[in-house]
Amino acid sequence: MRAIILVMLALAGDAAAADGAKLYASCAGCHGTGGAGVGQALPVLAGQSKDTLVASLRAFKDGSRPATIMQQIAKGYSDEEIAAIAAYLATQKSKP
Amino acid sequence: MVDGASLIHPTKAHMKRRDFIGTAMVAAITGCATVAPSSKPHVVVIGGGYGGATAAKYIRLWSESAIDVTVIEPNPSFISCPLSNLVLGGSRQLADLTLSYEALKTRHGIRLIQDTVSRIDATGRNVTLAGGQILRYDRLIVSPGVDFIWDQLPGAQDKVLHAWKAGAQTLALRAQLEAMPDGGTFAMTIPAAPYRCPPGPYERACQVAHYFSRAKPRSKVLILDANEDVVSKGALFKRVWAERYRGIVEYRPGFNTVAVDAAKGMAISELGDKVQASVLNAIPPQRAGAIALQGGLANINKRWCEVDFLSFESTQARLVHVLGDAIQTSPLMPKSAHMANQHAKVCAAAIVDLLNGRVPNARPLLTNTCYSYVSDKEVIHVASVHAWDAAKRTLLVVPGSGGLSTAPTELEGVYAGSWAANIWADTLA
Repeated sequence: MRAIILVMLALAGDAAAADGAKLYASCAGCHGTGGAGVGQALPVLAGQSKDTLVASLRAFKDGSRPATIMQQIAKGYSDEEIAAIAAYLATQKSKP
Repeated sequence: MVDGASLIHPTKAHMKRRDFIGTAMVAAITGCATVAPSSKPHVVVIGGGYGGATAAKYIRLWSESAIDVTVIEPNPSFISCPLSNLVLGGSRQLADLTLSYEALKTRHGIRLIQDTVSRIDATGRNVTLAGGQILRYDRLIVSPGVDFIWDQLPGAQDKVLHAWKAGAQTLALRAQLEAMPDGGTFAMTIPAAPYRCPPGPYERACQVAHYFSRAKPRSKVLILDANEDVVSKGALFKRVWAERYRGIVEYRPGFNTVAVDAAKGMAISELGDKVQASVLNAIPPQRAGAIALQGGLANINKRWCEVDFLSFESTQARLVHVLGDAIQTSPLMPKSAHMANQHAKVCAAAIVDLLNGRVPNARPLLTNTCYSYVSDKEVIHVASVHAWDAAKRTLLVVPGSGGLSTAPTELEGVYAGSWAANIWADTLA
């Protein structure tokens, strides 16, 4: 029984990681494939810590961090989705 | 030879090897030199634009190259429609917007065939190319963009520029604007929505006005819009016309152009009003690209293709997916390059899941970010986030998300340039 639960937890963990990659893909049009953005206008997201990314996205979402567009985009993502995206980006290399 | 298979099943491995040698010898004897078909699943993509190229790349990434992908695209290189209005305004060259398909081939292992598809056989699961080649598929992606409904705009085809697909017509329209004497009028006709890129015509008006304000200050821009009001970013555009381009831009809503007289540079409305211009630019009514109609996919008014938004699979043909401007959109979803990029990723993820026997993600999330240049440097945006609504079985804007710029700024101009560089890399690099 314990083994089954562990397997289920492992599968759930994989699913969350996969969701982060798929969810982040909705951001990649502006921030680059896998968070490795090109150009100097935006910070590179790949490899930033999960906590930093979550804090930034939640600050955009609640309006405490001013922005031109991110305050509007972040409101479309739940806290769980933000956490999954941040966890995924933290595992990505900043230079592919 | 010591490998895992021969250690466990030496006889079986040996047999396989003998079978392989036998097949190879037969092939050599009969002169059959074609490459043996790969055992991997095969996805064929019609169209290498923002939708098709992105889907091809992400299927390769997310399947870890376990799915073969072939893209059929008639153009030798990718030309971006976004930013092409800047070529008319004079701040960008078409070469800046012309990008190579090379990385899709060399970096991602995608096969590109420069051709068009003349026939989809959804029952036989194959497509026939204009060049005669027949390609079998396990899943087909149709991302053909739009074609023009010329019979709704008699007199226009091949006689009046549309410049609504970036390329030779963009350059030709810029040349006409350069040749126009100061004091002339540029008139642009806009079809009733839906059409590709809702704010695009209004951005174009700004770009031509920007050029006139510098080079031909006595000239006018006349917008003849079949719609009753500006379709996208209306308040922002109208303020720019009233302030920055005061005396240059005139906006005429409810002017539904039903014919043009190319020799006279004249647009004729449904009500019989006639407007003559020094340079006439007629943006025709649009529908899904012709191959979508041939394939029986354009079931909505014979114009747009209905899809299941969890996978972008057509409701009309199994194993066939449709992306980009060709689809019947969900509420408030624009026909934009950014949206096509987002369709492509939901579709790519679903195809990788389906070809691996898994159920696709039940909660896809898509964003739209659309920048418009009101001058060479200042930009406005509209943004939205779209999520799956299980009860209504469609994608709906997440309440509270999205919005518009408060005013044009140079900062958003920097972000718009960054957007282009990043979406080009996300699509092609």
